[in-house]
Amino acid sequence: MIEIDGVHKSFGALHVLRGVSLKVATGEVAVVLGPSGSGKSTLLRTINHLERPDAGTVHVDGRLIGHRGEREILRQRTEIGFVFQNFNLFPHLTVRENIAEAPLSAQRRPKAEVALAVDRLLLRVGLSDKADAYPGTLSGGQRQRVAIARALALDPKVVLFDEPTSALDPELVGEVLDVMRDLARSGTTMVVVTHEIGFAREAADTVVFLDEGLVVEHGPPGQVIDHPQHERTRAFISRVL
Amino acid sequence: MTTTAPAVRHTTGPKAAPARHPLRWPAAAGVVLLLAMAANSLVTNPAWEWEVVGQYLFAPSVLRAVLLTLELTALGTVFGFALGGVLAVMRLSPNPLLSSVAWGYVWVFRAVPLILQLLFWYNLALLYPRLSFGIPFGPAFFSVGTMDLIGPVTAAALGLALHQAAYAAEIVRGGLLAVDPGQREAAAALGIPRVRRFFRIILPQAMRSIVPNAGNEIIGLVKGTSVVYIMALPELFYQVQVIYMRNGRVVALLLVAAIWYLALTTVMSVVQHYVERHYGRGRS
Ligand SMILES: Nc1ncnc2c1ncn2[C@@H]1O[C@H](COP(=O)(O)OP(=O)(O)O)[C@@H](O)[C@H]1O
Ligand SMILES: [Mg+2]
Repeated sequence: MIEIDGVHKSFGALHVLRGVSLKVATGEVAVVLGPSGSGKSTLLRTINHLERPDAGTVHVDGRLIGHRGEREILRQRTEIGFVFQNFNLFPHLTVRENIAEAPLSAQRRPKAEVALAVDRLLLRVGLSDKADAYPGTLSGGQRQRVAIARALALDPKVVLFDEPTSALDPELVGEVLDVMRDLARSGTTMVVVTHEIGFAREAADTVVFLDEGLVVEHGPPGQVIDHPQHERTRAFISRVL
Repeated sequence: MTTTAPAVRHTTGPKAAPARHPLRWPAAAGVVLLLAMAANSLVTNPAWEWEVVGQYLFAPSVLRAVLLTLELTALGTVFGFALGGVLAVMRLSPNPLLSSVAWGYVWVFRAVPLILQLLFWYNLALLYPRLSFGIPFGPAFFSVGTMDLIGPVTAAALGLALHQAAYAAEIVRGGLLAVDPGQREAAAALGIPRVRRFFRIILPQAMRSIVPNAGNEIIGLVKGTSVVYIMALPELFYQVQVIYMRNGRVVALLLVAAIWYLALTTVMSVVQHYVERHYGRGRS
């Protein structure tokens, strides 16, 4: 479903991604681990073309990302959900309007159909009673669940998560991980950047360890987390456990 | 980035002792006394000529002048902010030509005093007696006398709008910059088209900081229209001068104008309050 091949990205003199290759199969959950500054966010952002790679290619569902102009990029992004660390909900729109915006304006789906989809999604993330609330009145955990519903509203082929629980108070992390586990079980293709080793162990099919812009090792969680092959992986895992 | 604190936790600490303000009562009494004296003088001193004020407050010529003042304000606001918005977007554009043109515009139009700009536009007709429309550097399709096209009202509105645009550009630019970049990014990641992103996501949030400043500007513009009296346009300030030149009731007629300016800006402040509330929705 996702094929990343030899991606390089620099910001000025800073070489952030140094030839990253990675494959995520349909229905698979890949968790990306790595120290701060190792290029995890940048990698995730090249998948939906928020960053343009300097070299290398990204394919999603067999299509090359970001090579056919603005319109095609926008269409491709509707197939790639993105959940941000800071939620980035639209504060002047209600929960319902936040979720309905992209299906209406990017996908031009009919209003009635979108309204039904919004109700279904709110039920799924357990926030049916918050449809008309503004994001500012919600807790962090609730906001992130709305953000997940907003990403899912496009019926994306893959959903990318960039440290979705890092901005949350510890007691609110669980409710967001519950929703993500539920998604993983339902067969959604996911790439998750997180420091939640517990989530990686339970939900991941593949764990990828990224350091200094390179994939150091990858494999099933039982291998990468419990029996890391590389010293750098071992050092990182022992720090976050 | 966005504020992500989930909820503010309140802690209950020891109550602070109420502060003492020993001077508050004598100060209040003094202010009340001064107000009473001023009110008494306003009512009893015949120099204020309240009956003359009453006589001219709703005189047809004054009402027409108020309407012209409103018209100039509206034109200056609408065209000033429309052009200012375009300039702000140009200024923020990565294209160096667009952004330097916008910068240059603001530089010039903010530097030159309004009264000078107004006289300049008014006298444009002397510089270019005819304006031609056609292919640049090529044949003209038709041409008109500048005086027919730019009459005094158009010249005044144009001058006010072009001057206002320079200030509006800075206000709009500041407002757009104040929006969390994460908002642009989230909208882009959702595949929302560029124009929609701007008008639905970014601009409404920018309005939160644009409206209070724009309100000040528009209220300033109401009073700024009084400068066009130099073009002999019968707006409020010019009109009361015409009347008091004739009848010598200077103070009374200045009061008439003051009352109208006060009324207009009061209405605008009320409107501003509701507009601010609209754009503040979702935030407490
Ligand atoms: N737009 C940008 N401009 C300049 N430097 C950037 C930009 N985005 C990321 N970086 C830098 O690239 C490096 C990797 O960033 P990032 O991918 O966010 O790492 P991670 O998510 O693993 O913490 C960091 O040093 C960061 O400062
Ligand atoms: Mg990151």
